[in-house]
Formats: sequence, C-alpha cells, structure tokens
Amino acid sequence: MSTDNVNHQGGAVDEEFTDPGVPADHRPRRADVDPKAANRAERQVAAMFGLSVLGTVIAIAAYVMSDVGGDNIAGVQNSTMLMGLGLFLAMIGIGTGAIHWAKTLMRDHDMVEERHELRSSDEARAGAVDNLKEGAKDSGIGVGRRGLLKGSLVTALAIAPLSVLVPAIGNLGGDWNVSKFRHTMWKQGVRLAKDPDGSLIKASDVTIGSVFHVIPDGLTELEHHQLEEKAKAVVLLIRMSPDDLNVQPGREDWSFDGIVAYSKICTHVGCPVALYEQQTHHLLCPCHQSTFDVANGAKVVFGPAKRALPQLPIAVDDEGYIIAKDDFNEPIGPSYWERLK
Amino acid sequence: MTEVKTAPTDSRLNRAAGSTASYVDERTSIGAFTKFIARKIFPDHWSFMLGEIALYSFVVLLLSGVILTAFFVPSMDIVEYEGEFAQLKGLEMSRAFESTVHMSFEVPGGLLMRQIHHWAALIFTASIVTHMARIFFTGAFRKPRELNWLVGFTLMILSLAAGFTGYSLPDDVLSGNGLRIIDGVIKSIPLAGSYISYGLFGGEFPGEALIPRMFTAHILLIPALILGLIALHLFLVFLHKHTQYPGGGRTDKNVVGLPLFPVYMAKAGGFFFVVFGVIALLAAVFQINPVWNYGPYDPSPVSAGTQPDWYMLFIDGALRIMPGNFEYVIGGFTLSLNVLIPAVVLPGLFFGVLALYPWIEAWATGDRGEKHVLDRPRNAPTRTALGVALITFYVVLVLEGSNDIVASLFSLSINDLTLMFRITVIVLPILAFIIAKRLAMGLQRKDRELVLHGHETGRIVRFDNGEYIEVHEPLTEQERWVRVSYDALKPRELAPELNDRGVRRKGYRWDRFKAAWSRFYFEDRVEPVTPAELKAAEEHHAHELESGKKAAPEDPAIHP
Ligand code: HEM
Ligand code: FES
Repeated sequence: MSTDNVNHQGGAVDEEFTDPGVPADHRPRRADVDPKAANRAERQVAAMFGLSVLGTVIAIAAYVMSDVGGDNIAGVQNSTMLMGLGLFLAMIGIGTGAIHWAKTLMRDHDMVEERHELRSSDEARAGAVDNLKEGAKDSGIGVGRRGLLKGSLVTALAIAPLSVLVPAIGNLGGDWNVSKFRHTMWKQGVRLAKDPDGSLIKASDVTIGSVFHVIPDGLTELEHHQLEEKAKAVVLLIRMSPDDLNVQPGREDWSFDGIVAYSKICTHVGCPVALYEQQTHHLLCPCHQSTFDVANGAKVVFGPAKRALPQLPIAVDDEGYIIAKDDFNEPIGPSYWERLK
Repeated sequence: MTEVKTAPTDSRLNRAAGSTASYVDERTSIGAFTKFIARKIFPDHWSFMLGEIALYSFVVLLLSGVILTAFFVPSMDIVEYEGEFAQLKGLEMSRAFESTVHMSFEVPGGLLMRQIHHWAALIFTASIVTHMARIFFTGAFRKPRELNWLVGFTLMILSLAAGFTGYSLPDDVLSGNGLRIIDGVIKSIPLAGSYISYGLFGGEFPGEALIPRMFTAHILLIPALILGLIALHLFLVFLHKHTQYPGGGRTDKNVVGLPLFPVYMAKAGGFFFVVFGVIALLAAVFQINPVWNYGPYDPSPVSAGTQPDWYMLFIDGALRIMPGNFEYVIGGFTLSLNVLIPAVVLPGLFFGVLALYPWIEAWATGDRGEKHVLDRPRNAPTRTALGVALITFYVVLVLEGSNDIVASLFSLSINDLTLMFRITVIVLPILAFIIAKRLAMGLQRKDRELVLHGHETGRIVRFDNGEYIEVHEPLTEQERWVRVSYDALKPRELAPELNDRGVRRKGYRWDRFKAAWSRFYFEDRVEPVTPAELKAAEEHHAHELESGKKAAPEDPAIHP
C-alpha cells in the first residue's frame, strides 16, 4: 500500500510521487461519538465562562476596596495585583472557554477551498488599459500638445506641500541658534557649587580622592532654561595627589593643587559620566563604557568615545572658593559636524 | 443533542436576528460580504498565531492607552511634587513625571493600566519579531506576498517608534538618558545633525517641546499609521488566502483548513481573550518601569546597570562595541563615524536587507510562480542559514548591549567582554551560517533516509545465518509526501554573453551577478527521493531479507 506511486506493472517508475490528497482517515473525537462526552464538554465550556464572570466580580471588588492614596505603596501594589488577577480570570475564562468549545464541539476535519491566480484576466487588463486611455482622452492629456498642462500640474503638485512644510518645519527649531551648543554658563569668576543643593565649594573641602558633582553657582536661580544649562554645565571636580596628576601642556594653570574639573558630559553621545575609580583615576561612562583617565587630561583609554572630556580651568578666589577661570575652550558633549567651526 | 433545547425561544430570536440582518443588508449589501467571508478557509498551525498575538496585543495597547491619556499630562513645565509619595516630596519635576506618579499611586487601577500597557508593548514588539521570523523561515514572503512583507516590515519599524516614544513620555531619569543618547546620535549626522536635533527638541536638549511632540506622535500619528497598515495587512492576508504547510492535498492552487465561522471565530476570538488575560497576569504580578524609583529627569545623575526596553538594546550594543578611533576632522568639520556607523549606518543596512529580502532571494531563484505552500526551513538551507546568521548578529549586539550585566553574571571584565564581542560579532554569524546550513542539509538527508528505509521499529530479526537486522516500518503516504514534495532548486543558468550577432548583450553583468548569487544559494542541495530511488531501496531490502533466508512474512518493510 505504501508504494502506490511506484509503477510495478511496466517496470518503469513515475518521475515524481503523486500527492496522496487530504488525509481521509479522520479520527472522531470523544464528543463526536459519545453524547455524554459532548454534554461534559459543554459543561466544561460553561464553567470557564462562569469563571470569567467570577473574575469580573473580583476585579470590580478590588477596585471598590482599593486602598490608594496616602503613602501606602503596599496597598497600591495589593490592589493592583488583585484587580489584575480579576481581569486575568475575566479574560482567560472567555478565551479558554471559546477555544475549548472550538476544539471539542466544532468541526475538526479539513475543508478545501480553491485559490485563483491573483493576476487579473487578460480581458480585465485590456479593459483597464482601454478605460485609462479613454479617460486620458477625455481629460485631453493623451494629446501631445498638452505638455504644458501636464508639466505645470506636476510642478504645482510637487511643490505645493512646501507651502505647509516650510512653515511647519521652520517653526520646529524656534530661533535655530545652534551656536548655543558652544557655550555654557561657566565664565571667569563663576563659583563652583554642589549639585543639587547649590552650596559653594572651598578648596579645603576637597580632600584627596574625593569627587564632587558640580553645577555653576546661580544655576538654580535661573528663571528659564535651567535644565538646558545644567545639561551643558555639569562638571566633576576631582582631587588627586599632585604627584599623580599629569598636567597637560598648556594647561599648567587650569588646576589647583591636584584639583581638576572636567565636563561630566560624555564626548561619545552625551550621557553623564559618573563612575570614578580612585585607584586608577579612571572615569567610566555607564552608557557605553567609555573610560577616561583623569590623571592624564581625561583622555579616552577604552570605549567608543574618541575625544577627551573638556577641562574646565579653575582657580581659588580670595575667600577660598573654587571658581572657573573661563568657559570650556571647546563645545562639551558629543561631536557634531560644525563643532570646530 | 442540542436540537431538543432550541425550538421555540430560539426561533423568535432567529426572527429578530433575521429582520435585523435584512435591515442592514438592504442598506449595505453586507449579505454578499458575509457569504464570501463566513466560510473562508484558514489553515491551522501554531506558528500562524504569532501574527494574531501582535494584533491582539495592539488592541490591548489601544484600550489601556486610552485610559492612560485620561491621566497623563504631556507637559515639561516644572512643578514641585506635592503628592503622597514621600520619597519624592519637594522634588522638582516635569508635569509629565508628576502625572505618571500620580496615576500610579493615587488613581485606583492606574498602576495596573500602566503595567498592562507596558507589558503589552513588550509582547507586541516581541510577537512582531517572532512573526516576522516565521514568515522568513517558511518563505511566506514569496510571490504574491512580497508587498505584504513590506507592509509588515513598516509595521515593525512603527512598533519600535511607538515603543520608544511611549517609553520616553514619563520623563524619568532613565528614559531621559535614552533621549540624550538619541540626541547625541542625531548630532553625529553630517551637515544637518545639529539642526535636526535643534528642530526635534525645539531648541537645546532637553527643551520644553519634546514630550508634547512625542505625545502627539505616540497617541495619534503612530497608532493611526499602525491601524491603517494593519487593515491593509489583513486585507492582503484575506486576498492572498493564507499559506499552508506542505502535506497531502495541499497545493499552490488550494487552501486546506477550517472555516472562519465558526471555528476560527471561536479560536481566534478566544485567543484574543487569552492574550489579554496573559498580559493582565503579567501586569498583576510583575512590576514594570517603576519610574518613582528612578526619579524625575535631571541631566546630571545616571545609574549603572540600567537597560532600555529590549527592542532598543541592539543599538546600544552596537554603540558599545564600536572602537572610538573612527572620529575624523576633515577640513575643520567633524565626522563621527564611531557613532554614525553603529547607530545609523548599521541599523540602516540591517533593516534595509530585511525590507528587501523577498527581492534579494528572488534574484537567486528566478522563480515567477505563486507560492502558497510554505517551505519547511530545512528545505531552504541557504535562506535558513542566512536567517540564523542575522539573528546571531542581532543577539551578539543585544548581549553587548547588556554587557555590564553579562560581565557581572560571569564575573568577567567588561572591557574583555567588549573586546571579545568585537571579534564575535563578525565571526559568530559566519559560523552560525555554516552550522545552520549543515544542520538543515543534515535534516534533509535524514528525511531521505526515512523515506528510503522507513521508521526504526526497534524490532530485531535474527536470520538463519546468524545475522541480525532491525525491522523498518515504511512511511505512510502522508508522511512520505511531506518529505518528498519540495523543490530542490538548481542554480540559474547564465545565458551566453554574446548574442547571435556576436555583440555583448544588454544586462549581461546583472545576469552574471544573479547567476553567482544563485550558485551561493543552490550549489549545495539535497534532492528529494524519487520513486525510482525508493523502488531500488525497497528491492534492496527485499534482497537483504531473502539472502538472509528467513524473510519474516509479516514484516511490512518487505515488498516482494
Ligand atoms: C503590527 C504588526 C503585525 C501584525 C498585527 C500582523 C498581523 C498578521 C496576522 C494576524 C497574519 C495572519 C496570521 C499569521 O500568518 O500569523 C499575518 C500574516 C502575514 N504577515 Fe503580519 N503582522 C504584523 C507584522 C508583520 C511583519 C513585521 C511582517 C514581515 C516583515 C509581516 C508579514 C506577514 C506576511 C507575509 C503574512 C502572510 C503570511 C501567510 O499567508 O503565511 N507581518 N500578519
Ligand atoms: S555616552 Fe558615554 S560611552 Fe556612550
């Protein structure tokens, strides 16, 4: 029986096997032959739908009794869980019920439907072409003389969207003053303050090995654009033993007795660089692990960033507070096309 | 047995239903449509449910999303927190963040809705990707479904956009840092980068415009596009009629399965509730995105070991894996290839190849016919191997995107891990290609073995001459048909370079490329068993048994 396709009579064999067709041997399910099993299946389905009703009741009860408000996180979490479980039952009851019904009581042997090629018939295609031609004739486009009409319509349609797009896109960027990327709040004499409370920092507060997260004094009083300024101006202040510090040529007076200040914004794509390792003097950016060597001009020692962190030149004023001597001498943060222009 | 219960009440119901139907039909001709649709046949297979999961989780997203919009305030105005959650008391935060915390702690069911929405988003994206993999590995993208593949592809990109914009709305530290990374990536674009960034944020990062703008995209623009494209997607599924796996009676000219009404209405409809239920369960039990623990966005703090949602990890991984030396200054302008390549060029290529794959493969096959019977992945070894290689590449990037977690899990140094991944990301996909191709062809050979020699039964027969052989049971016709009814495509023939007038013909180079591409696909292949081979094998078995003198007469493997 398994070799029907092999032609035994003539000794010659077919080139290919023939399709045995849709399997005819459909094994009936219990419910197909046994009315008791069918009734049982029906009761099971009804029970699942009943479970759903119960779930809805639970969800509503959980809502009514929910204990939110106040500083009661546990209460919020409990009511969330109970409501969620109620919803789960309400849904899963309907779902499993319907599927169980389909699997036990509904038809389960295959039917066949013909497919038709998607390509339209030749007549339909020819008809489409004819209709388009006729339409084109009615519009006068088909005629060569109407080049002007076609050309002007296409041009008008092509540029008309600009009448909306230009103002729309034009307004998106407000003043479009991208040169703001270049400057921060730091300038000669601005004191360094602690982030976030704004208290000033004296050189004597900064012990060897310590790190301060720094904002410019006055940032918290800004009326506008506080976050934008903060996003550019944040600085890390680090003190190491002056012997460990390898001062960069040309920056001899940018640090003070082993205290250096570097931009906190990664030169890769701009995360705050926050993890300082005292032993190695390495700063790690948690986003993509660019690693900067603070003892050596914050140059990149590992990772996807290319440039060193910009250094903020600092000094100490008469009252002992640390101040900036100038803004950064390059744009902080990630690279952009015209950053050196 | 149900007839008994029906009779009187039911017939009144029937009359009411009938007159309603008639009323509607006279105004819409819905009758014809119902006739067309009600008994449409759909084939059954678990892998066809992946698209359904995507669909249903999208519905759940819409439902839960509508509830969230009632409480979320898309504003970056700064307020001082005066709500009930002690840890945040007195902190400055945007209204977006404040309203998110408010809806979590002070709106009954609000936290549940947020968690449902977020879990549904994760399941939506995951089911889209697995659905796409199913389409890929079974060749469901072949003619006539190439355009539907493109529709699906666009849906996949839109789902990523939906996920990312939604994730960023609460304006917490985590998502804010994600946005800053995007800002950095945008700035690396040559010429226009600064302006795109400035336009997007309405000024400098973070600005006050982004959240309202993303909100519009997230709740209006993107869902409307997704909805429209889903409608088109499903329209095309109906128009094409669903594909089917190979089997007896299943051809490129028919579709074998069960009718939409009632079977699929019940199964698919029921499945919607199952998907909803499972999402509700996840949301009830597993906390997700507790923004109150992260805190409101502030450009200064950042914590290690935090992760974006899974579908963004591969870009993070690509950014991490790239060595930093590739930044150049040319004529005073800065070109950051160290950012541009991983975050723009690479995803562009990756998604570009995916979008165009149906045509890329068609160059190799040169096949023009409609394909409605799916491939078993083993029967398209090169495609399967390419898919596995792409997935491997993707997974390495995802792992690199969580390298801090992987490193601490296996107590490795992050730097060593990254160095290792830099090699792995190139070598492993190639290895995966080779292994997957061999495996696929190995499975094809195993199929041949099965067809030729039948199932092992474990029954041992001892011959008079002392030899033992195991009795094999031949495959049923149905089992055999599944294993022999595939095309082992051959490489395309290349027509000669010169035409009959001795002139080099047009398009020769393109043809030559296609022929080479075709060899890459089909040079190695395993042909299906032919009836002649089967006959020879059977004769061989019979001979073996006869020469053993003790042909067990009841042994079905033997055909005299
Ligand atoms: C929002 C996202 C999507 C939804 C809601 C969706 C939904 C569906 C559904 C319900 C089906 C029929 C059942 C099935 O075969 O799984 C289907 C089929 C299909 N989908 Fe999608 N899909 C989505 C994304 C995609 C993607 C990303 C691709 C590929 C790039 C794709 C390509 C296809 C194709 C070619 C078919 C026809 C399959 C066949 O007839 O075998 N879809 N889709
Ligand atoms: S942002 Fe710092 S390494 Fe990428």
